[in-house]
Amino acid sequence: MRKYVVALGAVALVAGMVSGAEAADKIKACFVYTGPHNDGGWSQQHDMARLEVEKHFAGKVETAYVENVPEGPDAERAIERFARSGCNVIFTTSFGFMDPTIKVAKKFPDVKFEHDAGYKTADNVSIYNMRWYEGRYVQGQIAAKMSKTGVAGYIVSFPIPEVVMGIDAFMLGAQSVNPDFKIKVVWVNTWFDPGKEADAAKALIDQGADIIVQHTDSPAAMQIAEERGLHAFGQSADMSKFGPKAHLASLVDNWTPYYIERVQAVLDGTWKSTDTWDGMKEGLVVLGPLTNMPDDVKALAEDSIAKIKAGELQVFKGPITKQDGSVGVADGAVADDKTLLGLNWYVKGIDDKLPQ
Amino acid sequence: MRIVLERRLTPSRSMQYLSPLLAIVLSLVTFFIIFVLSGIDPLKALYIYFVEPLTAVWSIEDLLVKAVPIILIAIGLAFCYQSAVWNIGAEGQLAAGALAGSIIPVMFPLLQGPAVITAMILMGIAGGMAYAAIPAILKIRFNANETLTTLMLVYVANLFLDYMARGPWRDPAGFNFPNSRPFDEGQMLPIIAGDSVRISIVFMLVAVVVAWFLTTKTMTGFKIRVLGLSPRAGSFGGFSRNKMVMLTFLISGGLAGLAGICEVAGPIGQLRTTVSPGYGFTAIIVAFLGRLHPFGILIAGLLLALSYMGGEGAQVAIGLSDQTTQVFQGMLLFYVLACDSFIYYRLKFVRERALDAATAG
Repeated sequence: MRKYVVALGAVALVAGMVSGAEAADKIKACFVYTGPHNDGGWSQQHDMARLEVEKHFAGKVETAYVENVPEGPDAERAIERFARSGCNVIFTTSFGFMDPTIKVAKKFPDVKFEHDAGYKTADNVSIYNMRWYEGRYVQGQIAAKMSKTGVAGYIVSFPIPEVVMGIDAFMLGAQSVNPDFKIKVVWVNTWFDPGKEADAAKALIDQGADIIVQHTDSPAAMQIAEERGLHAFGQSADMSKFGPKAHLASLVDNWTPYYIERVQAVLDGTWKSTDTWDGMKEGLVVLGPLTNMPDDVKALAEDSIAKIKAGELQVFKGPITKQDGSVGVADGAVADDKTLLGLNWYVKGIDDKLPQ
Repeated sequence: MRIVLERRLTPSRSMQYLSPLLAIVLSLVTFFIIFVLSGIDPLKALYIYFVEPLTAVWSIEDLLVKAVPIILIAIGLAFCYQSAVWNIGAEGQLAAGALAGSIIPVMFPLLQGPAVITAMILMGIAGGMAYAAIPAILKIRFNANETLTTLMLVYVANLFLDYMARGPWRDPAGFNFPNSRPFDEGQMLPIIAGDSVRISIVFMLVAVVVAWFLTTKTMTGFKIRVLGLSPRAGSFGGFSRNKMVMLTFLISGGLAGLAGICEVAGPIGQLRTTVSPGYGFTAIIVAFLGRLHPFGILIAGLLLALSYMGGEGAQVAIGLSDQTTQVFQGMLLFYVLACDSFIYYRLKFVRERALDAATAG
């Protein structure tokens, strides 16, 4: 037993010396997924970016992944296993991996960690996420233009700031076109459950919604919209193939630019702990393809995308009124990131009570 | 020609112990064939799966940490199954224990120390027991089928846990993320070996020994078994079926609750929307694979924990899908049940005519 401990220590020491070197010739980038790598949504988009990284750095970067990792102790073990197996940088791609990432990072100061969607950082832990709300705003505009009933149905997972931010941004976009636009909301309490998502879509349609938007991962709602001859927006990945006639615009996660930049930094020995929250301008949030809409709607969407990229259009710019009539964002002001990351109120006009 | 299953007059006793081993061997052989067919070096894959996790200290530690809740729960379930009480809701009883045990660290974060930890553990056990008492009472009073009630109560417990972690018990300093506040060191089970092996492993070992003593050396264990084999014989012997139903539910609920609080006050370190990746269900496989015998369960629990660890290692080392682990566990259960069938039944090849004659006669 003691021999083992000594041997392990020696290995760790050597590994530490190697990974501590300034610029590396060949590195290993590792990815931890919460779902299957081919889930058709969230994890798949991360995995596509992983493959792009491998292609981009041909021969210089080796990658590996673990999939279906439950949050909690299993996540900690999976991340630690990667850290031990010689990964130089580890991307943990679910907000529930936050505390496990921080815990393992403490034990392996020479390994770089990148956590998606959390808020805790350390000297060797960066965080990164996307400003999806920019895409949501444009979706809202498209919805208000395309809807005949003036009601959109919104399928949502959990009342965390990220999700509330999306609903609010969608509503602000819709109201910029039609001030009387209505949103109905169904909470399904899951990120992925095709059955529940389909039921939610049906219920929303029966209540008069003719456009479906979702903050869940499966294409079920898109398929229901296709069956009923209505419209829907895709989530995470391009879902146009699930609703050839129904699909309007998918909110696509494109992690590639970020992953290439960060892996490059590790290769160059210039990696530093950072807090990244990028959107359309940096090419992370992509709204596309724009399908099944008249030219004027498409032109409006493209114009808004261009303005967001140029920084001319701020989604959370006042005046914004909260659901209860009080001031959310004052006239002329723009909500700062801290406000957005803790967002827990609806804008006026949303037909739902936010679960607290 | 037809194939029929014929009941054996005297099921072989030695085969009853050999069948799990046979099932393991058959699973390994099947695994071997699957690897060959999918173009993976089978020896290397099997090595990574079943040997490599045992070659490093940290990995053995992790294996023990993973096995503790599974074995604790399976020990409790074995009591139920021996008396033919089909409690399949340990997953919910685990959640109830985790919730009850978390009352102190979440609501009174300043209370810390050994006495507090002891209180947390007792409350966890009590929570699991109370939750298991519901299906027990339903069965005793209304003869409600416990397979249904226990399974349904899993959803109730998990949704309630989800609600608490997102709602009233959400960490005020946690940016609305659905977790409770992280527990302090003075509210967690002490680490007794290495980096991560906590005192819960002692609870597990004690549970194994006590369970063995109870089932083999006491009248209560005898009553449980008799009532399981034949309720009528039990009632002639003056044993109360209802008392046994309540007792076995309380034991298994208590142990599941203990597993729950040991997880949140151990490896997890806070209350989350989910606290178990299905230990309550895995424990059902473990209980049967271990022949409902405490020592068998101990071995079976370690084996299943090993397959989890190996599955993760295989993903990292040779890019094998995570589903492989589930295939292995499924195969294992299938082979155990298949082997068990052949203990009680034999295959017989019967000619059509003879069969007709037999059925006519």
